[in-house]
Amino acid sequence: MPTNTLLDRRAFLKRAAAGGAVLVVGFHLPAAGATGSAEEQEKKTPNPLNAWVHITPDNHVSLILGKSEMGQGVMTALPMILAEELSIDWKNVKIEQAVTNPDVYDLGTGGSGSIAGSWLPLRRAGAAAREMLVAAAAQRWNVNPNTCVAKDGGVLHGARKNFLTYGELVEDAAKLPVPNFNTVTLKNSNDFTILGRDTHRVETALKTTGAAKFGIDSRTPGMLYAVIARCPVFGGKAAKFDATKAKAIPGVRDVLLIDPVPEGAFSAGGVAVLADNSWAAMQGRKVLDITWNEGPHAAESSDWLRKQFVANAAKPGKLYRNDGDVDAALSAASKKIEAVYELPFAAHACMEPMNCTVHIRPDGAEAWVPTQAPQWAQEVIAGVAKLPKTSVVVHTTLMGGGFGRRYQADFVMEAAQVAKAAGKPVMVLWTREDDMQHDFYRPASYHHFRGAVDAQGNLAAWKHFQTSTSIDAMWNPENGATGEKSEFATAAFIPYETPNFRVEYTLAKCGVPRAWWRSVEHSSSGFVVESFVDELAVAAGVDPLEFRLRLIGSDRKIPDFTNPKEGKPLDTARQKAVLKLVAEKADWGKPLPPGVARGIAGYYSFETYTAAVAEVTVKGGEVHVQRLVYAVDCGRPINPDGIRAQVEGAAIYGISASLHDAITINRGRVEQSNFNDYQMPRISETPKTEVHVVASTEDPTGIGEPGLPVVTPAICNAIFALTGKRIRRLPLRPEDLA
Amino acid sequence: MAISFTLNGEPKTVDVSPDMPLLWVLRDTLNMTGTKFGCGMALCGACTVHINGTATRSCITQISTVAGKKVTTIEGLSPDGSHPVQQAWMEEDVPQCGYCQSGQIMSAVALLAKKPNPTDADIDDAMTGNICRCGTYQRIRKAIHRAATLQQGAKAKSA
Repeated sequence: MPTNTLLDRRAFLKRAAAGGAVLVVGFHLPAAGATGSAEEQEKKTPNPLNAWVHITPDNHVSLILGKSEMGQGVMTALPMILAEELSIDWKNVKIEQAVTNPDVYDLGTGGSGSIAGSWLPLRRAGAAAREMLVAAAAQRWNVNPNTCVAKDGGVLHGARKNFLTYGELVEDAAKLPVPNFNTVTLKNSNDFTILGRDTHRVETALKTTGAAKFGIDSRTPGMLYAVIARCPVFGGKAAKFDATKAKAIPGVRDVLLIDPVPEGAFSAGGVAVLADNSWAAMQGRKVLDITWNEGPHAAESSDWLRKQFVANAAKPGKLYRNDGDVDAALSAASKKIEAVYELPFAAHACMEPMNCTVHIRPDGAEAWVPTQAPQWAQEVIAGVAKLPKTSVVVHTTLMGGGFGRRYQADFVMEAAQVAKAAGKPVMVLWTREDDMQHDFYRPASYHHFRGAVDAQGNLAAWKHFQTSTSIDAMWNPENGATGEKSEFATAAFIPYETPNFRVEYTLAKCGVPRAWWRSVEHSSSGFVVESFVDELAVAAGVDPLEFRLRLIGSDRKIPDFTNPKEGKPLDTARQKAVLKLVAEKADWGKPLPPGVARGIAGYYSFETYTAAVAEVTVKGGEVHVQRLVYAVDCGRPINPDGIRAQVEGAAIYGISASLHDAITINRGRVEQSNFNDYQMPRISETPKTEVHVVASTEDPTGIGEPGLPVVTPAICNAIFALTGKRIRRLPLRPEDLA
Repeated sequence: MAISFTLNGEPKTVDVSPDMPLLWVLRDTLNMTGTKFGCGMALCGACTVHINGTATRSCITQISTVAGKKVTTIEGLSPDGSHPVQQAWMEEDVPQCGYCQSGQIMSAVALLAKKPNPTDADIDDAMTGNICRCGTYQRIRKAIHRAATLQQGAKAKSA
């Protein structure tokens, strides 16, 4: 499990090194997955900060970014926060990626937590630096600091002739004591000039000229390229192999056996072919002669798994939550419905396949890794190299998509093993087939719902049984019985009021690796909850929007059942607001031409409120989403255009999940291999996507994932409105519409 | 085997297996990493370059077939990002992770060379081979229309 260490709070100042004074204010950002507002966190746990501000004497400002940029926009949004508090010209800011230093940094990027977790720490660090620079100016002018103003990258006093740039002040400022982060004065939000405005991303020029360097573009002198033949069956390993033909391929330099690491990294191991170039390595791998010991999972298949699901669903599960008396309420109900929903395994399908470049020397190691978890990568490499972590430098590169896949350490472990065995720098790169067949998949799940609406139109009972190949059971096997905690999230504290609410879980065993896929359990919970509430609306004969608003009921804060101490409660007022906003913007209730219908869904995830309306047509058995309207409330918008981009992207990811994504298993292996049998949406499938961002002043929350859970239910609810066919199994197939 | 071709206007000679795909010659032999590997089967478009002006998937193009031809990669569109398609991409903030964007841009440039004022259907057809997992398609479409306007404006100026 990736570490989530929260170190003791340390705000410190590095003194000038030779060559010029540099004001460095250290601060530490909390790890991904940390819940609760940053403010609450800082009160109860020491909140270390980990990004630095560098200001050189000639007034160049750099911010070191302590999160991974995978397309979600943190490389722009996080520095904007700092620049605002520092009152510097945004155009002059340079961004540098942090190197790993476990004493200072906590770099894990995920859980849609970067902005939420960095908001206050970054503001405080920026404000502290600003106060020090102002104090230095005040000292130099011998005036009261209260008469000085930080602006335009410098400090102003009185008449314009009293102006010093930060560069002119930094040497003096570096000698001053660091203010208390708890009491530093933050900028008044009325004075914001950077935050809340559409801002061009800082790295777009690199990404449009071919200059951007992704992990797979890493090059270091003497580097070899390697691909690994892995057992196609999960949990299998090489029994014996013959590399004679492989070694005869021009350019192939070596063939090595790599052991699987079945826990932590969960790497498959296999036979590595090292060559002068990627192509030669791939050609060499093609002619390896390997006998596999297929291991204990070789008989597993999607059919076998479904039989487990069905058998599990025939019995009660372990109670996760039980309010009132669901069975009695269902017995008494005159109008009750039930539904079974099924979701398959899904692949991340990052456009850049997995890769990792490692160089291990006797005295230290260096790695170039497209990773969401640089410190875990550092630990893994240090372990293989038998070096202290401080001797391992991990460069976090840009990456071609993450979506949770790059939070893993499997591709790091195997690269470290190959580099260690080869004694040379090596890039291990994955082909698309490798990436498709050795992923950590979104779990497959099976849900049996029962519910009832009473004569007054209230929700009388809601019963949700789930069985799945849980993530928790793989990562915390000792907690296997509590696997349900990782599989429900908002499904365990839905906003719809009912006195009789039950959630049950039964674990299904399976050898397929599972982990965090964009929006994690919300990808299934969103679909099933928002489909079932829609089915109840239809049963009650009530408009789906009106039904949801009525069932949400009064303004109140619903505690996060899965994390009552630290999880932010669901604020029903905000959820109702996004539902109403999206309905308004989507012309809900207004007539549509024949052959078009709308569906609605609303969902709370990662402390963010979302709602979507999909307009669909069905032609020749094919679904086309022609319009997708969103309302999102992620607290105070930092870069509104960045928010819109994330949600536009989630729309496509969601269309993929609705219409295409299915990883199927047969004989213990993945049946899909490339984009011919794991199809991605193409440009022609893009709906007209409109994103409305609530101008909230609440603390900012995440947006990388929240756009996803509402997409599939909105589409499927629209399909029902259009055709009367209820989609209960994903992905949607033509026969579902027949 | 020595194979000579023109790359972004400059003569190149490489000594590689004749069946080595152009993609890997570019990336590994010549260290031109702007062209990306996504699938190896011409299904995703990340490897798109121009060969004698035609958009081509370099992952399935053997280097032997490139002999004597003119190859243009993303790096060759402009020295400084000033190509109208690149400008439009920047105006619209198209890229998210950016990995597919070299291929997207090369396909878009080829489209606009054939159809300076493409319809949405033209864009669908020309761009259908380029996958974007981040889902930037709406902005790609908008940027292609914008680039068409920029290119027509430039033409008008030089007319």
